[in-house]
Amino acid sequence: MWVKQISVFLENKSGRIAEVTGILSEAGVNIRALAMADTADFGVLRLIVDNTLKAEEALKANGFTVGKTDVVAAEVEDRPGGLHRILTLLHEGHINVEYMYAFVQQSGDNAVMIFRFDQIEKAVALLRQNGVTVIDDDRINQL
Amino acid sequence: MIFDIEFETMPREALESIQLRRLQATLERAYATVPFYRKQFEKAGLKPGDIRSLKDLHQVPFTTKQDLRDNYPFGMFAVPMDNVVRIHASSGTTGQPTVVGYTARDINTWATLMARSLSAGGATRGDIIHNAYGYGLFTGGLGVHYGAEKLGASVIPVSGGNTKRQIVIMRDFGPTILTATPSYALHLAEVAEEMGVSFRDLKFKYGIFGAEPWSEKMRDEIERKLGLVAVDIYGLSEVIGPGVAIECHEAKKGLHIFEDHFIPEIIDPATGDVLPYGQSGELVFTSVTKEAFPVIRYRTRDISALHAEPCICGRTLVRMDKVSGRTDDMLIIRGVNVFPSQIESVLMEMEGVSPHYQLVVDREGNLDTLTVRVEVDEHVFSDEVKRLQDLERRISKNIKEYLGVSAKVKLVEPKAIARSEGKAIRVIDNRKL
Repeated sequence: MWVKQISVFLENKSGRIAEVTGILSEAGVNIRALAMADTADFGVLRLIVDNTLKAEEALKANGFTVGKTDVVAAEVEDRPGGLHRILTLLHEGHINVEYMYAFVQQSGDNAVMIFRFDQIEKAVALLRQNGVTVIDDDRINQL
Repeated sequence: MIFDIEFETMPREALESIQLRRLQATLERAYATVPFYRKQFEKAGLKPGDIRSLKDLHQVPFTTKQDLRDNYPFGMFAVPMDNVVRIHASSGTTGQPTVVGYTARDINTWATLMARSLSAGGATRGDIIHNAYGYGLFTGGLGVHYGAEKLGASVIPVSGGNTKRQIVIMRDFGPTILTATPSYALHLAEVAEEMGVSFRDLKFKYGIFGAEPWSEKMRDEIERKLGLVAVDIYGLSEVIGPGVAIECHEAKKGLHIFEDHFIPEIIDPATGDVLPYGQSGELVFTSVTKEAFPVIRYRTRDISALHAEPCICGRTLVRMDKVSGRTDDMLIIRGVNVFPSQIESVLMEMEGVSPHYQLVVDREGNLDTLTVRVEVDEHVFSDEVKRLQDLERRISKNIKEYLGVSAKVKLVEPKAIARSEGKAIRVIDNRKL
């Protein structure tokens, strides 16, 4: 029902993201989506990959602090107002979006957004009730 | 059990009058026989006779480790070598070793203080003491040994090392008291486990551990793994060796200082001002009964505080806190004394926060700034930036509350803090003073 995201703690130093992508590349892990949140001193890199376990092990072995979080991948109609409709639904349902970012691949004609919610089960139920397609872990790897 | 009921439970006024009489005699003797002390008095424009109350001691100059080194090896001895029966020396890993001497009467005093200490830690004459402190120039082994004999207990002079044989002895001889450094005690537990020997099946009741600083957390671990009650013993060879202060097993809350032999003070390490009871600072000792090697206002560089509240064990002697750090590590930031160990306790008290930290001090314009770098491990990591920022704010707030100094907290990656030979570098001072 939801997708596993890994997140990595990074200091704001040049070359740190390249270090992460290098480790994943060596481990044969494919990055499907990625977003960076940062402050003046540190950042959190969030990743959706094709093999979460392998990615986590490789990064930890290289001394990174790695977290795992459940996020939701939802289809968004690829037309003006598509994302707005979903955000309005969530707002009216009193569900907070902690953050979101776009998935690279399309699902058919639709775009895919990754959402991090404070109340994930309630959010998924609400989206489904309103006809929004939620993509699970297995299917996202086939996109 | 209280070994020396008269002196250990003496009313304060009686104790203080004994202290003053003994102090005056010590000062007279040091002035007459040790050129260094005579010069110190002259520098301060004092004569031993000017010291008429215990408070007057505050006027006498301090003695430092460097002073002892400058008088290497026997320059601080107050008796001719004819009267010296024992010599000990510190390891000298950070400079020249310091050499100390004892007369026969000093050895007897020390044995009595150690008998008091072992007794406060739970030992009786019926006990078998497994003494794993090193025997040799180090005062630990022989200090415990003479105290154990004075008490009338049976002592096994096993010394340090050869750990497997120690486990066999523990199993076969059934000692009931363990004396060792706290880190060696934990090492014994590990080796015993590897050998398939459970400390729970051994006969230990009490452990008396010292010669290095250890935390309450370590005490819990030792008590759990070794199945005994662990108390802290304090001492340093310059003052006499182990047996300067001891925790009673009844309260395990602060170490009773044998004030009929040593006068303790707590000073501000930066200014030298004497601080009142309860305040944290550098521990200073004056010996008042030692013959061969008297010390006058000796700066230990150990951080502690003194407490005068009566203890449930019945002793009237003041108690010192477990040593929490060394003044060598002290930082003065905008006039506030900061010890790395204080920052460490703030971090340890916060749920899940890693104890791996580093203090970086800079000077911007005329203002000192303190940055505390804390490694982010999986317990505190979050995919949400706001939670990490909140963590930084909480650490900063707690440091301000406990230490009274503003610090910028910076989260860093694990292993970002340099470790030399497994020991983390805790302080980087970039100020050019």
